[in-house]
Formats: sequence, structure tokens, C-alpha cells
Amino acid sequence: MRAFTSVTAKVAPLDRPNVDTDAIIPKQYLKSIKRTGFGQYLFDSWRYLDPGELDVPVASRRPNPDFVLNQPAFRDAQILLSRENFGCGSSREHAVWALDDFGFRAVIASSFADIFYNNSFKTGFLPVALPAEVIESLFEELAATPGYQLTIDLPEQVVITPGGLRHRFDVDDFRKDCLVRGLDEIGLTLQAGDAIRAYEARRREEAPWLFTA
Amino acid sequence: MASAAHTPARTLYEKIWDEHVVQDKGDGSCLIYIDRHLVHEVTSPQAFDGLRLNGRKPWSISANLAVADHNVPTTNRSSGITDPISRTQVEALESNCVESGITLFKMSDLRQGIVHVIGPEQGATLPGMTVVCGDSHTSTHGAFGALAFGIGTSEVEHVLATQCLIAKKTKTLRIVVRGRVGPGVTAKDIVLAIIGRIGTAGGNGYSIEFAGEAITALSMEGRMTVCNMAIEGGARAGLIAVDQTTIAYCKGRPFSPKGDHWDQAAAHWQTLHSDEGALFDKEVVLDAAEIQPQVTWGTSPEMVLPVSASVPDPAKVGDAVKRSGMEKALAYMGLQANQPIEQIRIDKVFIGSCTNSRIEDLRAAAVIVRGRTKAASVKLALVVPGSGLVKAQAEKEGLHTIFLNAGFEWREPGCSMCLAMNADRLEPGERCASTSNRNFEGRQGQGGRTHLVSPAMAAAAGIAGHFVDVRSFA
Ligand code: SF4
Repeated sequence: MRAFTSVTAKVAPLDRPNVDTDAIIPKQYLKSIKRTGFGQYLFDSWRYLDPGELDVPVASRRPNPDFVLNQPAFRDAQILLSRENFGCGSSREHAVWALDDFGFRAVIASSFADIFYNNSFKTGFLPVALPAEVIESLFEELAATPGYQLTIDLPEQVVITPGGLRHRFDVDDFRKDCLVRGLDEIGLTLQAGDAIRAYEARRREEAPWLFTA
Repeated sequence: MASAAHTPARTLYEKIWDEHVVQDKGDGSCLIYIDRHLVHEVTSPQAFDGLRLNGRKPWSISANLAVADHNVPTTNRSSGITDPISRTQVEALESNCVESGITLFKMSDLRQGIVHVIGPEQGATLPGMTVVCGDSHTSTHGAFGALAFGIGTSEVEHVLATQCLIAKKTKTLRIVVRGRVGPGVTAKDIVLAIIGRIGTAGGNGYSIEFAGEAITALSMEGRMTVCNMAIEGGARAGLIAVDQTTIAYCKGRPFSPKGDHWDQAAAHWQTLHSDEGALFDKEVVLDAAEIQPQVTWGTSPEMVLPVSASVPDPAKVGDAVKRSGMEKALAYMGLQANQPIEQIRIDKVFIGSCTNSRIEDLRAAAVIVRGRTKAASVKLALVVPGSGLVKAQAEKEGLHTIFLNAGFEWREPGCSMCLAMNADRLEPGERCASTSNRNFEGRQGQGGRTHLVSPAMAAAAGIAGHFVDVRSFA
């Protein structure tokens, strides 16, 4: 997995609560059996005026000029700023793949849906939860500052504003460690293979009905 | 060993969690063991690829059960899947299962159906288990007193490779629904009312235990409907304590324990409830008698009201973020503020999905439809059973004839118009009375407008051509 330490980048505003994973990447693209190529369909139904399908080239479609990511000022943003309950809905990890493939490295929001939050770390993508008042102030600063940039420092667990304000955020030690070092979680778990086998042996005694198949 | 008297009172969630900890990582996260992994075609291909890429094999083949449900056609299946992209995905699942030895119910198998319908139906979901699937509605299985939650594709790969997940204990929220619901009010109305109360982010970071008389009075089908939508309330898992209803449902199913194992299991399952005095991080209480049939009016399940209400007026909302959210939702839904819900006319009806496609749901809809005809203005009323076995049971009871005589369509099992990955979908601007669980923008087809309701309410809307209160629809 790609490591994440710190990023300083332009911020794009997505000013709405409950941005769901159906909106991040609509279902017709989930038919792909690959892990890449989803960035072109990110926020598909907000981003294009005409409907899309996996076999329709996006170059032939009409972009919605009002959508934030179609505005030249935000095209190269690597940090997305949004509101509460970001990533709610379907468990599709394709949502993270699409954000990542588009070029985003992190999302800052006041809260996240649990599955999306979890999925993010697996792709080296960082979800940052900050209090609603802080989010509000970031939206205000962003609106007032062309080319607004933020720094996200994961080892220090802070978001730093251009004015030098430092907003601390929480992240589990284990997740942080995996992300900072770009570790393969499955490999790590397999190192605990003996513990898993010991657990299974004990469960066979306690709950044999679970092992009859 | 501590004697029972010294064991602190634990919630059901804590009991199941404690039984599944393989290793404590010390920072609050644990390696937990997964008893059952359900697999479907959409979220698994990249996981199997990942295994191959790293030269890894499934840890425990028999813990997995696979089925294709999201992409399958609901009409004539004899010629296979015509959409080449959907076909590729279903074929990928088949070849991955053949290669790994994982049991798969193929499209032609009578046992095929929506993953969250077939797990319980087969007895593959059992009380006290940890159950995961690359699908957010895995919360459904919590109806059995199982700790069940949705995971992403990387975690699907993790479970395949290790039979474990790295997880952190959630906080616990108990939602008590006191007393009994009135006639015509169903499990779907209860859970929509709950989401209306706590909001779609209300359960973030929690597992919800549903309790109270209105919950324990539900059948297993009703309990699955409630737990199915725990995720719509922001909670990854929903749980309901095990009782005789649960145990009776599990008995004699193909994957259920037999003989001595059954007796041992059933004895253990009796302990799967929150102890007297167990502490929850939060509690919410609702009065069942106050719950009416519910209809969503917006693009989030929390945008829900009793059928007797009118569409809300954003002008009356002080909070700016909330107001603009409502305005966006009303614009998308093509609704006017203050319009009575019963005057909203619909174009299509969808009765199905892992929320409401079990035999009881179909019976409830058939009771309303019997001897009546679909409104001429309703273009399509789809009934999609949750599994081949549900379909066979319904046909044995003659339900299909009731639907067909009324002008409803009777289809093959699958996810269908719940998310419109197959050919069943809404056209832009079309409005649907749907028994599914998500009314997000575009969920049932780009530009489509979804109103979430119970099966009886969907059926009644199909007959009347607009929403009606089933209680007065005699
Ligand atoms: S029926 Fe709908 S919600 Fe349920 S698994 Fe299928 S697509 Fe998901």
C-alpha cells in the first residue's frame, strides 16, 4: 500500500452533508472487475450533464460547468472538504478508488460513515474528521481565499491552515502506523497465524457446531 | 474462572465481541475471527485478484458462501446474461469460486437469491456468529443475534486470506421501541421512524441493539427488515437478542447444526442477550403506538414522514446547511413544499430488495393487491422475490397469481431495481414507491425518484396510483 505522511495541497469544497458512495461512484461502474480507472467517473451524475456507462468514453460527454471539480480553480485539488456523514451508504471501496484515482489524497469532513472510513486506509487515502465548527471555518476561509491550500500532517495528526492554525485530529495508532509506513495489513495478520490457529482450536471445543461444514 | 456473580453485566454486542477476539492490538483495535463470509459478484473480483497476486489462498474455504445477485437479470434466464459487462462480472465470481473451492449458488440454482436473504434462509447465518460481506446491508444478519457488518473489498481479501479482520469495538446504542404498533404498521415503518428520529448519521460509531416489545413481537422476517436498515441510521451493525423466535427459525435449515451440536448450540444461543444492568453508551426510546406508516420524501432515508403528513417546507428551517439540503432534495424529487404526501402520484412500484423480499413481505403486499388492479397511470409494478426458495413458496401459496391478475409483474430473484445494476431501473424523472432501503439520487436509475415504504404501502400505491394510508385502504 502507498504510504501517507504529509500533504500540502489545494482544497476543493463539496458543501453538502451525507455525500453517499452512490454519488461518489454510481453503480454502473461497479461492473468493472478492475481496481483502477474509476477517477474519470468520480461524482459522475453531478459532474456530467448526460448519463454515462462503462462502455461510453467520458470524452464524448458534456461536463456540468457548475460542478466544483469542473472549475479550473479546483481541478488539481488533492484535498476534498465536505460536511457530516461523508461516504454513507453502500460499502463499495470503489468510492475510495475513484477519489484516489482522480488525484485526491484526503477528505476532511465533520464525520464519516464507518465503512468508508475503514476502506480509505486500505488505499493509502486519509479521512480526517474535524469538529463541525472547524469545518465551517475552513469553508469560510476557502471561499475567501483563491487557491486555498491546507497541510495535513499524519504523524503529527494536525491540519494546518495558511494562517498557521493547527487543528488536531484523531486516528487509531494501528491505522496510522500502517498508513505512515505503507504496510500490507494482510501480511501483518498472517504473521499472527499461530494465534489464529490456536483460537480456532479453542473454538472447536467451545462451539463445535461452527466447524461442521 | 470468575463465577457468574462476578462477571460484569455485558451487552449482547460485548458478549459476541469477547468470544471473537483472537488478539488485542493494545490500541483499542483487535484481530477478530470471522465465522461466516458471504461473497457476491460486485465487491469480490478485486479481492480474489489480490490473493492471486500475492500467492495467497483462502484460509477456511467452508466459512465462505457465494452467490451472484446484484447483476442478474430478473426476466427469462434461460439464455444467460445478455449485458456483456454484467456477464463478465458474474463469470469472474464463478471462476473464482471454482478455483478456490468456495460454494456458489449459481443463477440456475433454486437457492440463488439476494445474499442477505439466502444466508439466513440456508442457516448459514446463525446466532452468535460474526458475519461479514462486502455489502453494507450485512447488518441484516444481526436479527439473529449475530455480529454482522459490511466491509470493503480490501477487507474481503483480508477475510479470505486470514479468516480475521482488524476491528475496533464500537460504542453501543440501545433503541427501545415500547409497546405494540397498531394494525397496518410494519417492521419497515418502525425502522424508518427510528431513522427519522436519530438521523442517518445518528448511529455513526455505534452498534445498535433494537429492543422493546414492538421488536420482540416481530417475526424473523420483520427483525431482518429492521436490522437491514441499521446501516441507514449510520450504524455498521444492528442486533436483536436471541429468543425462541430466533431458535425456531434456525432449526432444520441446511447449514444449521444437527443432533448433539444443535442441542449445544441452542443452549448457548439462549445466553445471547444483553445482561440485566448492562450499560449502553446511549439509549433512545420510541413509542410504538405513535408510529404510523412511513413514506420518505427526500434523497436520504432520514427524510421521512408519516403518510398523513405533508412535504416539509425548507423556508421554515433555521439551519442553513439543513435548509439547503432540503431544497436540493425537493428539487431533485420534483416536489412542492407543503404538498400532502397522499397526493404524490407514482409511476412505478418496486416490491423487493434485501429489506422486503421475504415471504411475509410478499404476503403483506398480496393481501392489499388481491382482487384489485394496478392503476392505469402506473407504468410498471415489479415484484421480485428475494430468493428462488421464496419465489417457490409464494407460488405454492398462489401469491404470484394475485400479483399477475392485478397487472403486477412477477420476476426472478435478485437485487433488481433496488440499485438498478441490471435492466430494471427508473427513467429520469420517474417516481417509484419502493420497498428497498435507499432513496439516494440516482439509486434506482439516473434521475429516478425513490420513496421508501413498506410492502403493503407500495402495493396500495400501485393500486391507487398515489400514496395512500394502508390503514384506510380496506
Ligand atoms: S437488494 Fe439492494 S441493498 Fe440489498 S444487497 Fe441488493 S443492492 Fe444491496
